[in-house]
Amino acid sequence: MPTKKDDVYGDHISHKFNDELMELKTEFLKMGGMVEAQVENAIQALVDGDGHLADEIRANDKKVDRMEVEIDEEATLIIARRQPTARDLRLVISVIKMVADLERVGDEAKKIAKLAIKLQEEGQAPRGYVEVRHIGTHVLSMLHDALDAFARLDSEQALRIMKEDKRVDEEYQAAARTLLTFMMEDTRNISRCMSVMWVLRALERVGDHACNIAENVIFMVKGEDVRHTPVEEAEKVVGR
Amino acid sequence: MNTVNPTVTSEADMPEEMIAPVQEEKPAETIIEEGTTVGRPFSADPKFKLRNVEVFYGEDRAIKNISLDIGRNEVIAFIGPSGCGKSTFLRCLNRMNDSIDICRVKGQLTIDDYDIYDSKRDVVELRARVGMVFQKPNPFPKSIYDNVAYGPRIHGLANRKSDLDEIVENSLRKAGLWDEVKDRLDAIATGMSGGQQQRLCIARAIAVSPEVILMDEPCSALDPIATAKVEELIAEMSKSYTIVIVTHSMQQAARVSNRTAYFHLGHLVEVNETNKVFTSPEHELTESYITGRFG
Repeated sequence: MPTKKDDVYGDHISHKFNDELMELKTEFLKMGGMVEAQVENAIQALVDGDGHLADEIRANDKKVDRMEVEIDEEATLIIARRQPTARDLRLVISVIKMVADLERVGDEAKKIAKLAIKLQEEGQAPRGYVEVRHIGTHVLSMLHDALDAFARLDSEQALRIMKEDKRVDEEYQAAARTLLTFMMEDTRNISRCMSVMWVLRALERVGDHACNIAENVIFMVKGEDVRHTPVEEAEKVVGR
Repeated sequence: MNTVNPTVTSEADMPEEMIAPVQEEKPAETIIEEGTTVGRPFSADPKFKLRNVEVFYGEDRAIKNISLDIGRNEVIAFIGPSGCGKSTFLRCLNRMNDSIDICRVKGQLTIDDYDIYDSKRDVVELRARVGMVFQKPNPFPKSIYDNVAYGPRIHGLANRKSDLDEIVENSLRKAGLWDEVKDRLDAIATGMSGGQQQRLCIARAIAVSPEVILMDEPCSALDPIATAKVEELIAEMSKSYTIVIVTHSMQQAARVSNRTAYFHLGHLVEVNETNKVFTSPEHELTESYITGRFG
């Protein structure tokens, strides 16, 4: 009886089926890594005022989109060929959903890159970069941990990410208040502060998507859907 | 083997040594605790109540202390790898195992609280209540009409020809076959296609107004279209009958049944809502089997 976590998808009678599921997992993680880098670079481009890097991010987003389509296609073929059940089915269904989340994270990175170019063109470092860096680091680690939880089928780590999301929301609220103060101090700051506000908003959304991925990991591992349920409920599911 | 009532057996005078538990050495045994089934093996409104059932082929214990309810008007699917005992268990429900000399059945098996293995019980009457459809269509080498009319005739269900005609038509209609055969009821049944023959066997089973229909891999010899028709029929019949289906096609179990029972080496490992079994089964062995990790 194979029970080791690392080969739960690799012990079918059909080796071809093993390969297909492995490929799906690998491709998803590859896309995850790509998207992670996109967000990291977007924050860097903004803080450094690096227009070239921002342009690169916008170009790379097309690759992310292409990966989404490819992974979806692969998942569809697995369903058609193999009619997966139980944990195999949960893997395939979760990947289809999580890929959509990753693609949206990619879009947020592109949005930040665009704002970075706009802010760079407007010149003069606006306020709020400290907050951007802080929240950026936070959501990046959430995204990284969510992908890691997926790779290791670690529902406890996924639960921790769900809890983190609340903190990101609080940090976002606090940062928004700070920027509002800057805008009230001097109305000439409004346009630039609004741009930074959009960046913060995009980062907060990245946190939400990381949280969605974490919820899917719990579904994959535990077989129970914890979306739209309080964290306490998810805690019970993971504890089972 | 613990709480078996030795009074209910197919052979009352069973030698003592045969009741002794058989030691199993297969590795999977370490994962299954004998007599325990995870999930929901019992029903609020049972048609069959089966308790501590054991079946022996000579010395060999093929069914090991299984307890299960089959609900009224429920479709329950039995799945499991070859030799796991699902067909053997199915055949206990209308005493089809009686014809095998070395086969003995122990435990309490009741249909509507009536003891199936009561020695005074009329087996023919039991089998009229609990009909059966087999893997390979087995029509009699007679006309289509006579195949369906056979049961009602021997059970004396129709006094007049017109009554018999009505039973034949109704049964063929219920089996979704009437429109295909109504103009050739006198044609020999063995000349029909495999799918039609199987539906004829279903019509033959329902002609004697059974309460339960047992199906032992009813679609394994049929093409996908004939299979779809039989599955459609199962869905339709579930309104008025209790249906127990043994199938090797897991997709079929997933499509047609309300509950699914997973058998493994003579044990009943898990019984659960079919939706649960195929998305998140409780037992590791069920998971391994339905995901194609062994079997």
